[in-house]
Amino acid sequence: MNNILNHIGIENYIFLSVILFCIGVFGVLYRRNAIIVFMSIEIMLNAVNLLFVAFSTYHQDAQGQVFVFFSMAVAAAEVAVGLAILVSIFRNLGSITIDNLKNLKG
Amino acid sequence: MNTLIAIIGLGVLCLLFEIFNLRKAIVPITIIGLLAVLGLTISEFNSTESYYNNMIVVSKFSTTFSSLFIVLTIFLVALGHNFYENHQSKISDYIAIKIFLLAGAVAMVSFGNLAMFFLGIEVLSISLYILAASDRMNLKSNEAGMKYFLMGSFASGIILFGVCLIYGAMGSFDVTEISELSQSAELPVWFPIGIVLVTIGMLFKVAAVPFHFWAPDVYEGSPALTTALMSTLAKVVAMATLYKLLSVMNADVSESFKMVVVIISMASMTFGNIMALRQTNVKRMLAFSGVSHAGFMLMTLLSLSTSAGSLLYYASAYSLSGIAAFSVILYVCKNRDNEDVVNFHGLGKTNPLLAAILTAALLSMAGIPIFAGFFAKLVLFNQTIQAGYLALVIVAVVNSIISVGYYFKLILAMYTKEPNEERKGTPVIIYAVAVIAIVLNIALGLFPSFILDLLA
Repeated sequence: MNNILNHIGIENYIFLSVILFCIGVFGVLYRRNAIIVFMSIEIMLNAVNLLFVAFSTYHQDAQGQVFVFFSMAVAAAEVAVGLAILVSIFRNLGSITIDNLKNLKG
Repeated sequence: MNTLIAIIGLGVLCLLFEIFNLRKAIVPITIIGLLAVLGLTISEFNSTESYYNNMIVVSKFSTTFSSLFIVLTIFLVALGHNFYENHQSKISDYIAIKIFLLAGAVAMVSFGNLAMFFLGIEVLSISLYILAASDRMNLKSNEAGMKYFLMGSFASGIILFGVCLIYGAMGSFDVTEISELSQSAELPVWFPIGIVLVTIGMLFKVAAVPFHFWAPDVYEGSPALTTALMSTLAKVVAMATLYKLLSVMNADVSESFKMVVVIISMASMTFGNIMALRQTNVKRMLAFSGVSHAGFMLMTLLSLSTSAGSLLYYASAYSLSGIAAFSVILYVCKNRDNEDVVNFHGLGKTNPLLAAILTAALLSMAGIPIFAGFFAKLVLFNQTIQAGYLALVIVAVVNSIISVGYYFKLILAMYTKEPNEERKGTPVIIYAVAVIAIVLNIALGLFPSFILDLLA
């Protein structure tokens, strides 16, 4: 396993994660459908999980892999709450486009 | 450690009460439980211990800040008795979520490992998303919850990426190991990037200026009690955590980082105050005032080794006056669909006591003597001048003067305008919370050394 990492190089793992993370960030900033925004947040979190595992192998240390379990559990809880909020918005508005949420400004 | 376990046990107990149909007893028993936890926390004050492989580190910093959070939670739970009157069937959920939020807050200030830090921040944020959207039939509350959720999980993603890069650079999540390793000369470039990303994420949570845009909308849309919680407890928690994170992980902050802190601090104060001047909604106004107070609290990051006491003092002064102000707002705006200044017209005639308390709370936030807010600013400015940032202090003083403008707008509305309608009922608990909070605030103002010496 470590051998493969030596061949590929830790930098390439970092580049891949950064690219995935940025895809997630742009998804959050530019997409208007709430479900797709949620998926983009998941891409951000999972890009980080990938990097955790890569670093864990790089350092020969299991802590990073354990942290991935924490962050996966947290992400699941977060999305559960987010979907619950989305359901109540859908009941009130009949749509899940974020652009419809414009009542608060000033 | 015992604090954390006791708080979580109390939260579970709250949920059990619903099963046994003891909803009426929840608020009093929770308050008694929290008072017991407060005693437990204070009894741990002088011990410095770490538990579970350094996951949790109990120190003076963590016990004092935890005590402050517990006091604030007691006030917020007490206010809940009146606020959730019409939602009796759900009261145990609301109270239990607040208690779990407190558990997250305590974990955030007593972490010894970045895993605990991340879990604490997530427990706090997820509870807040639920509370922000808890008025589920109200579209405004839904919108506030959604915006807060999107911004909050975005910030969490950034914090997680920062934690990951720090781990990559150091090979460990333990903060003491990280701080030892960070003294060595050869550091991978990921380490500073990680610190910057974590700081950006925390500035989101504190609502400092380039990352504040969610705050006014979320504060306005959320139910009033949740707004009180966000602007007092959540802000103070995030600020204390940012302070602890920076002071534990890299004790000698570089000059360029300090320059960034100075600029963010100036921008937060100025922008927050100027935007607050033109608000008519009181919750929105307090949101912008919170942005400016975040700017003031960021000044403590400039002298990390000495300013823990002044951060604690400023945080207590700000949050106690926030609780007093919001308890009056809860009374005035109960059963109304907005919180405009119009609702406060003539409060000085119809209810002189509450009007006086709101005036005192706002004067404390503006920094007028005898209230704690004044001495908090005094100590903070003194410390910042000693650290050599005169320009920042000048901007801060000018901003304190600007802030008097919008606080007085509300005070004048209460005393000079005619009342538009009579308000019935005298909710004893709201009175009690408001009076106790403002008395504590004045007591802190009269004896500042009591708090300042705790973390000297």
